[in-house]
Amino acid sequence: MFYREAGIFKTSYAADQALFRIPIDKLFVIGLIAFAFIVIPLVGNEYWLGSILIPTLILSIAALGLNILTGYCGQLSLGTGAFMAAGAFMAYKLATNMEGMPIILVILLGGVSSAAIGVAFGLPSLRIKGFYLAVTTLAAQFFLLWLFQKVPWFVNYSMSGVPTAPPREAFGYLVTGAEASSTARYIFVLGFTVVLGLLASNLVRGRIGRMWMAIRDMDIAAELIGIKPLQTKLSAFAVSSFYCGVAGALWSFCYINTVEASAFDINRSFTVLFMVIIGGLGSILGAFLGAFFIFLLPIFLNSAPAWIGLSIASETIAHVEFMVFGALIVFFLIVEPAGLARLWGITKEKLRLWPFPY
Amino acid sequence: MAEAETVEAMEAEAPERTFGEVVLKMDSIEVGFGGVKAIDNVSFEVRRGEILAIIGPNGAGKSSMLNCINGFYKPRSGSITFKGKTMKAMDPHYAAANGIARTFQNIALFRGMSTLDNLMTGRVLKMKKNFLWQCLYWGPAQKEEIENRAHVEKVIDFLDIQAIRRTPVGRLPYGLQKRVELGRALAMEPDILLLDEPMAGMNVEEKQDMSRFVLDLNEEFGTTIVLIEHDMGVVMDISDRVVVLDYGRKIADGTPDEVRANKNVIDAYLGVPHED
Amino acid sequence: MTLPFEVWFFFEVVLNGLFTGTMYSLVALGFVLIFKASGVFNFAQGIMVLFAALNFVGFIEMGLHPLLAGAITIAIMIALAYAVEGLVLRHLVNQAPIILFMSTIGIAFFLEGFGEFIWGGDVHALDVGIPDGAWFVGDMMIQQFDVSQAVIAAVLVGVLAAFFTYTRIGRALRAVADDHQAALSVGIPLNQIWVIVWAVAGMVALVAGIIWGARLGVQFSLSIIALKALPVLILGGFTSVPGAIIGGLIIGTGEKLAEIYGAPAFESLVEATTGVDSISFGGVEEWFAYVLAMIFLFFRPQGLFGDRIIERV
Repeated sequence: MFYREAGIFKTSYAADQALFRIPIDKLFVIGLIAFAFIVIPLVGNEYWLGSILIPTLILSIAALGLNILTGYCGQLSLGTGAFMAAGAFMAYKLATNMEGMPIILVILLGGVSSAAIGVAFGLPSLRIKGFYLAVTTLAAQFFLLWLFQKVPWFVNYSMSGVPTAPPREAFGYLVTGAEASSTARYIFVLGFTVVLGLLASNLVRGRIGRMWMAIRDMDIAAELIGIKPLQTKLSAFAVSSFYCGVAGALWSFCYINTVEASAFDINRSFTVLFMVIIGGLGSILGAFLGAFFIFLLPIFLNSAPAWIGLSIASETIAHVEFMVFGALIVFFLIVEPAGLARLWGITKEKLRLWPFPY
Repeated sequence: MAEAETVEAMEAEAPERTFGEVVLKMDSIEVGFGGVKAIDNVSFEVRRGEILAIIGPNGAGKSSMLNCINGFYKPRSGSITFKGKTMKAMDPHYAAANGIARTFQNIALFRGMSTLDNLMTGRVLKMKKNFLWQCLYWGPAQKEEIENRAHVEKVIDFLDIQAIRRTPVGRLPYGLQKRVELGRALAMEPDILLLDEPMAGMNVEEKQDMSRFVLDLNEEFGTTIVLIEHDMGVVMDISDRVVVLDYGRKIADGTPDEVRANKNVIDAYLGVPHED
Repeated sequence: MTLPFEVWFFFEVVLNGLFTGTMYSLVALGFVLIFKASGVFNFAQGIMVLFAALNFVGFIEMGLHPLLAGAITIAIMIALAYAVEGLVLRHLVNQAPIILFMSTIGIAFFLEGFGEFIWGGDVHALDVGIPDGAWFVGDMMIQQFDVSQAVIAAVLVGVLAAFFTYTRIGRALRAVADDHQAALSVGIPLNQIWVIVWAVAGMVALVAGIIWGARLGVQFSLSIIALKALPVLILGGFTSVPGAIIGGLIIGTGEKLAEIYGAPAFESLVEATTGVDSISFGGVEEWFAYVLAMIFLFFRPQGLFGDRIIERV
């Protein structure tokens, strides 16, 4: 009864095509963003900001990227980690070789380089589909990581091979590197997340989003409507890799504070894929829900036994984690392929009628 | 047939239907897969404003012919002349951009998208605003969305599918899906509309509706229509001209009355004469 | 024979690659079986290798005779086939292939966690008595282990071929591979067929797991190596058993050659052009197979032996 769409009449197509078609949704999102920007930094401690919210937000960006490619355009990628790594290493090269470049630009350009690499590895999608493509993204995963590990140019010939992220300022605050306060890094990452999230929502509800979905749902029909399959798929690869690249750069600069390939191995690719599947394929909201769910679940699994007085070896918990992830993936694919986002939608439908469901 | 009356009424209104120039000319088309010839040296013309039916038994090459017209199949030999330009094979994108739209025998809708989005997807070639504007969904991009939405709404009104605007098409019943698919083709504002068995699997009422849409389209917007259909009653009633294929060859080409009287057609397809 | 040492060494590298290749082929074989019969692209095949080996080695460490351990493991793999069919595949009938594929990623993770949950995540040494000496032909060393492994693989392929050609179940499997609907309509029970192929794929995985485990120890990295069956399949074609075998051999040989000859050549090239030395390009093996497959896809997407796809609307 508190949440309803009855009584809201649109008088223009503009209003009918708005991002949030129901005012309460808009208020809710604005409220949430305001809360995230103002309240959380005030009450959050080092652990919550630095170890939970920052990585989760960054992974949300990566999940958004993969969701655009897999959820909207239907091209499965197992190379998310590699595209993140590309963003991280390129941003590192830019930040260290062009000292004066604003850090925001550095991160964005990291994303752009990653987009270019994504397009290159997306080229085979002209001729192949589905899991065939998955194999070429595996090629990106293994080849790029090998390249970043073996060619010392990428790490400026650093002796250890694992350089630390350079400290940089944005708007007068130190936002990257280990010296930066977790609050500043959090706000910086949150800014990227909000802007990229909004841009993604705009993209998927407009012409290009419909082209992606058309290719996903029925590529032949899409081609006969005049959509060029290769261009459309490559645009999805580009946008997706851009998001992953930005996420990778932020991961290195604002979270782990080092630039190393091992942070982006194949398990990273799978983690992000799981976020997308569990959050909901083809849903922007799903990318966020999935990221929070998948990142928080292991933390929960690690602390839950202690709460009820059990002590279990952390190694065992790691194995249980794998089992839970695997089972959840199968469960969601069977029961609710649209993921948590759809469950949220159902909750809203219920709320609309509550407390009188009939 | 129930629609006979309406057709008669229309014929009474416009006793002589006249057509424009030849807009599409298929010349000695041959299509094959490996050793199988799907189409063997078939030629025919389509004039602006006419309703042309292609009929024939299963496997006669009818769908392959439509696939050639909009470029999904490349003929082995022969040529296609479309709007004065002659080419060896059509390119799908060129066909779509120059006003050829189609529906499919097995519905090929974008199942995960709403009716509205399916129709809007038909408009992609009409929308030009660049990527950056789309990111912002603001200014020119928003204006463009709204202009195209207005056009799509006209199609929605025409087909009377207002109520299912926001429904994912995968959830719609078969007849409505066919209608949405027609809508998607119409959203492209085609000059030539290719319909591959638009009435297959429909009941009499749905067939009447669909026939009505086809006739209205042709009359109101002057859309040229090429359709494949197995329901002879419908074909004979609504088409201006009929091309008959059998085993990949053309065996007849003429008005419904001529075709109905053609001995080859009777032998190959119709079996027994319908009237005497 | 009096060939220079380099030539013998080259032969040794090629032979070595061929032997590695037979292992890839074995895993790829499991993929092909399942793909042909159910159209499911089973990402979990690699993990099934690990899972089977873990169970096998686990039972042996408990003191069971290897034959008994093998029998129990086979029983487990059959139970797994039933579980996969009943809990997963049956509920995903008619879903898009990509959804099925992702569900097998889920299965893979579950199995990996489950196997290590029960047997622990350490490296398990496995000795099943495969001879470990070496023969010399000229200056070329041939590991007896490699030869035994190739023989085992060949026998397994032979048995499978006979099974498919001469048994009733084999015929049914081929019918299902040809056309699901048609097979159903002549009364072939599809679900049972799925269980059978998954069980057979499980046994193939066990053989691959035992051989690999004996060579490298049973550990998580087996599943990463097993992933290389994917590029093998792209080379060979997803529906072709001979393709899986030849694809495996090509990839096995190719990556060994690239590692032994390609990487040093590239290192000296870099040193000559940029003057930077001491860069190691070792580890080409990690990605060679995938990149080769990717390049191959441009030219022949259906694989060496795959069927050409005609699209219809």
